[in-house]
Amino acid sequence: MKAPDFSYEKPTTISDVLALLANNELECQLLAGGQSLMPMMNFRMANPGTLVDISNVSELSGIYERKETIEIGAMVRYRELELSKIIKTHCPLISMVLPYVAHAAIRNRGTIGGSIGLSDPAAELPAVLLVLDGKIEITSEKGIRLEPANTFFKGVYETSCEPDELITKIILPKKQPKQKFGFHEIARRHGDYAMAGVCILQDVDLNVRVAFFGVADRAVRSIAVENLLSGNSYLSGELIKNAQNVLNDIEFEGDMNAGPEAKQHIAKVVLERALKEMKND
Amino acid sequence: MTGPATVFDKPTDYIGKSIPRSDASRLLRGQGRYVDDMQLPRMVHAVFLRSPYAHAKINSIDISQAIDLQGVVAIFTGKDIAQHVEPYVGVLSHLPGLRSPAQYPLAVDVARWQGEPVAVVICASRALGEDALEYIKVDYEQIPAVTDTLDAMSSEAPLIHKEYDSNLAWKREVEFGNLEEALAQDDVVVVEKQIKFGRHTGVTLETRATVCDYIPGDEQLIMYYAGQAPHMLQFILAKHLDMLEENVRVVAHDVGGSFGIKVHTYGDEIATAIIAKLLKRPVKFTADRLESFVTDIHARDHVVDAKIGVKKDGTIVGMGFNDFTGIGPFSMYPRTSAIECNQILNLTGAPYQFEHYHAVGNVVFQNKTLMCQYRAVGHPIAMAISDCMIEEAARVIGMDPVKIRKKNLIPDDAYPTKSVTGMRFDDLSHHACLDKLLEIMDYEGLLVDQQKERGNGIYRGIGFVSLVEVTNPSPMFYGVGGAPIASQDGATVRLDAAGALHVSSSVTEQGQGTNAILQQIAADVFGVAIERVKVTTGDTATVPYGGGTWASRGAGIGGEAMLLASHALKEQVLETAAVILQAKPENLDISSGEVISKESGEQKISLGDLAKIVYYRGNELPNDLRPELIATRHYRVTDFPFVFTNGAMAAHVEVDTNTGFIKILHFWAVEDCGRVINPQLVDDQIRGGVVQGIGGALYEECIYDTDGQMQNASMADYLVPMASEMPEITVAHVETYTKTSVLGAKGAGEAGTGGAPAAIMNAVNNALEPLNCGLWQMPMTPERVLKALGKIK
Amino acid sequence: MTKTAQINLVVNGEKYFENVPVRMNLADFLRNKLGLTGTHVGCEHGVCGACTIFLDGVTARSCLTLAVQADETEVTTIEGYETDKNASDLIKNFHKRNALQCGYCTPGMLASSIEYIEQGNPPDRKKVKEHISGNYCRCTGYQAIVDAICTTIEERQSR
Repeated sequence: MKAPDFSYEKPTTISDVLALLANNELECQLLAGGQSLMPMMNFRMANPGTLVDISNVSELSGIYERKETIEIGAMVRYRELELSKIIKTHCPLISMVLPYVAHAAIRNRGTIGGSIGLSDPAAELPAVLLVLDGKIEITSEKGIRLEPANTFFKGVYETSCEPDELITKIILPKKQPKQKFGFHEIARRHGDYAMAGVCILQDVDLNVRVAFFGVADRAVRSIAVENLLSGNSYLSGELIKNAQNVLNDIEFEGDMNAGPEAKQHIAKVVLERALKEMKND
Repeated sequence: MTGPATVFDKPTDYIGKSIPRSDASRLLRGQGRYVDDMQLPRMVHAVFLRSPYAHAKINSIDISQAIDLQGVVAIFTGKDIAQHVEPYVGVLSHLPGLRSPAQYPLAVDVARWQGEPVAVVICASRALGEDALEYIKVDYEQIPAVTDTLDAMSSEAPLIHKEYDSNLAWKREVEFGNLEEALAQDDVVVVEKQIKFGRHTGVTLETRATVCDYIPGDEQLIMYYAGQAPHMLQFILAKHLDMLEENVRVVAHDVGGSFGIKVHTYGDEIATAIIAKLLKRPVKFTADRLESFVTDIHARDHVVDAKIGVKKDGTIVGMGFNDFTGIGPFSMYPRTSAIECNQILNLTGAPYQFEHYHAVGNVVFQNKTLMCQYRAVGHPIAMAISDCMIEEAARVIGMDPVKIRKKNLIPDDAYPTKSVTGMRFDDLSHHACLDKLLEIMDYEGLLVDQQKERGNGIYRGIGFVSLVEVTNPSPMFYGVGGAPIASQDGATVRLDAAGALHVSSSVTEQGQGTNAILQQIAADVFGVAIERVKVTTGDTATVPYGGGTWASRGAGIGGEAMLLASHALKEQVLETAAVILQAKPENLDISSGEVISKESGEQKISLGDLAKIVYYRGNELPNDLRPELIATRHYRVTDFPFVFTNGAMAAHVEVDTNTGFIKILHFWAVEDCGRVINPQLVDDQIRGGVVQGIGGALYEECIYDTDGQMQNASMADYLVPMASEMPEITVAHVETYTKTSVLGAKGAGEAGTGGAPAAIMNAVNNALEPLNCGLWQMPMTPERVLKALGKIK
Repeated sequence: MTKTAQINLVVNGEKYFENVPVRMNLADFLRNKLGLTGTHVGCEHGVCGACTIFLDGVTARSCLTLAVQADETEVTTIEGYETDKNASDLIKNFHKRNALQCGYCTPGMLASSIEYIEQGNPPDRKKVKEHISGNYCRCTGYQAIVDAICTTIEERQSR
């Protein structure tokens, strides 16, 4: 289980990264934290011609507070997110999910850009971005574009990011007063990818966004659940039950731990638990 | 009284005390000596190409592109290797009817499981070797795979071995009394269940590894390996590589966990030895984790139709079952893959008194990884059949699970006695263990809590198991059947010129603390400070001949040999001391490295001074005194086929009926392993064993698709128990010394793994009882619980 | 031809300047190039935790880190925990409490334990278990390891 051979580049600027990515012959693969890419390379499921290590690109680091948003550099590691006061204050949902993301040693290396760019269907952060209506700043030699999370995740390990593009930032709206957040996940073992998990945002205007992970080919919102919950200031037991009942608009996919029916069942349970925890807040 | 029997006439200094293992100090500083740590001059790496198919004809192998690649030294196909080895057959004569064809280290014409090696690249590095694998072209012709055990027995199933009329490897039927008739009586309540046990594997954290070196001048093959039975492997290598046994040396230094995984004959390891001999240079093979999952032996994989009959008062009338187990395409050499089934036939119901027993075992070939002996061989199945059926019967007749056990467990004063299957028991303590268990767990309190919480929609369950464990095996286990597996072990004890003790033993260390207890025994029995005892194990060139580590025999057999050798050396030293001191040996003793007066305790001469006289200044001794400051003794169990231990365990679980998750709230284990040499080591053996049992009960399963592809062959997908989900485990002991030895120690290594699954299944079904459902399949995954609850289909 | 690179790094306080294949991971580099075989490789896909080391002061899986990524970094491995991580007391408690059997998980288990203690966390068994839940131990059942970590923290608190 040794990685196949490759060339290695460690550029220090975004433009140098983009120049490498633009060269098709190099068959570039970006290396951020490496916590998912390295296993795939060791399994020889990933076989890059050139590995572009972006850890020295200082433009990709840092968590910044803007007027209405928080900007997180793509190379920001989970550990930095955990320790960041800005995140704690303005993106509390991220702080809620972080303890459930893998294990400390993985969080010390893994990056937000890497997680978003991978689009693992069982990962937490894509669902966080979906409910927060986050945006992904994507840069290429053609310029910079902002892709809403809603259209970014395409499938298992599939995103709208093209091979010559680089995720440079994650942009999230700051928490508004009276916004409420919910999160619950169930994993076979602590730190494992969840059997099912959910992130919820109840906005100031009582609009609700609900995104599940670990149950389909990507992190997905349930519009049916959102519609049912939106507009209610009080999450009554009956409302929660009704929300569970309409959770049919996701194409549930099974995995090693559970078939589609079990996934749907557990998705309903995490929804109930997350909503109840929000109610009790 | 003289002789070793006097060892325990006085208080011990070390035996019975929780003394930290001295070799752990090295391991905690990164100074272990594991096989993969070794780098020898001119060493090359063996990298195996493995069949991606569960069943395929190998039409041709083209190595022409791979052979010229960077770093490639040589490439061997299965056919190449076959020319240099006598194939092996995994049968034993005391398992009549067991059949298995000759097996070669690498597949020759047909690959019969996903992961079977088909070719091997010898290369300058592992990475370059893996590069080369991609350039070997194998023309495979897929053959339908037989994966499901029951399907494999159907008449339409493709035959895995054309020379046989079916895929059956072995069948044994055991019948005592007349179960069918007894269960037909009016006053007998009969309960029937099908119980399924998932296939799982050992997942030693150190994967299998070997470095083989060949020294042409000496015609010597040295195999450094991560394994449990060096002398067994020495014999096997000599026999199948056509070498003189004395020219094969097998060395096991530190081993990163074994649990039975590392006591078998693996084709890739044998091939590595063959290639070292052919190339006359060191060759290393370290399995990577993916290889481990599909080549390390698997275990369990049983479908059991069980029944039990009880009277209304709880008296067990009889039990019976029909077991089907899938063992892969061959019976593993040399221990065979029928032993687990045989153990189940022998051990089911063993703690209980009843008259009627009818059990059938069917051992079936299939296209999956080979199955063989893994920690607690057969025990988890045997204990679950009897104890889960007993608790189910108790539920049906409305009896408390403890009460039904007390009614049927063999009385503690009944020994020596026999089980229904004729297993001979002595020095067991089922009732004392159950009483102690109830004492430490507050059963009544748990029952009150259970009732109360049910009202809150919280479903908690308490489950028990009373178990026996096969330990200290005699030659009746393997040797009698023709296997090159020693059941006796030897110990050598030598006094050096500084007064320190050098001891060696044929049992081996895998982390369980064998070296530590040997050190404790030697220091105690001989009479030196424990720091002055140096232990050597694992090297066929230097240790006495013996079986190694398996079937929980290290302490009971290896320990007894060490006791006998230490005592013999002590007598020899005192004889010499008596001459030097002009005293009588019987008036002298050894304590803290000094020869002392037995009566006054006065120090007469230090062992160092005595040894120096013997070694350097023999002129000071009478000519007719020929001191031997070394002694070797061997020990085997003679009076019994095995020395059984027993225990009682309980699990307290909570079943989340919404998610199907099972949380183990606490686990209790009471074990009677006879004399406890080092309580802390024993307690942690029990705990580690229980957690492996929890793995089998709740998490671990090799999931295969119908084509024989293992679906979860990675650490990320095959779930082993991790810290967060594991309960605290309270351990207590009853000590009934075995009369078969002076030391009185029985084994303790497998009880936890053997007993925990039944206790947990019982606890889960106890929790589910008010919901009128039950779960009879391990591992008890959330999905299976949800199905049992009817929450999903 | 395998591609190589020059790297400069400090391992357990000692400076190294080495030429490495770029595809070589840090675990293999430490073990095979530097002879620091105390770091163990259990799965090579980042799950078992045996290869966990300190990279610039925080734990990392050395099987998921390339040696070239460790250029210009400071690495601490089990061989350095007594001196560079002041972990003598933790090591002593692991020994005393038998918090290891085969010793194969021990390098990673110590790394995670040291990190937990360094972060000022309490001797809370549940939290300790969560923190070490990325480190697989097949032998002990974990209880002894949790005991050793909690004892160390309690001893440090009472000092």
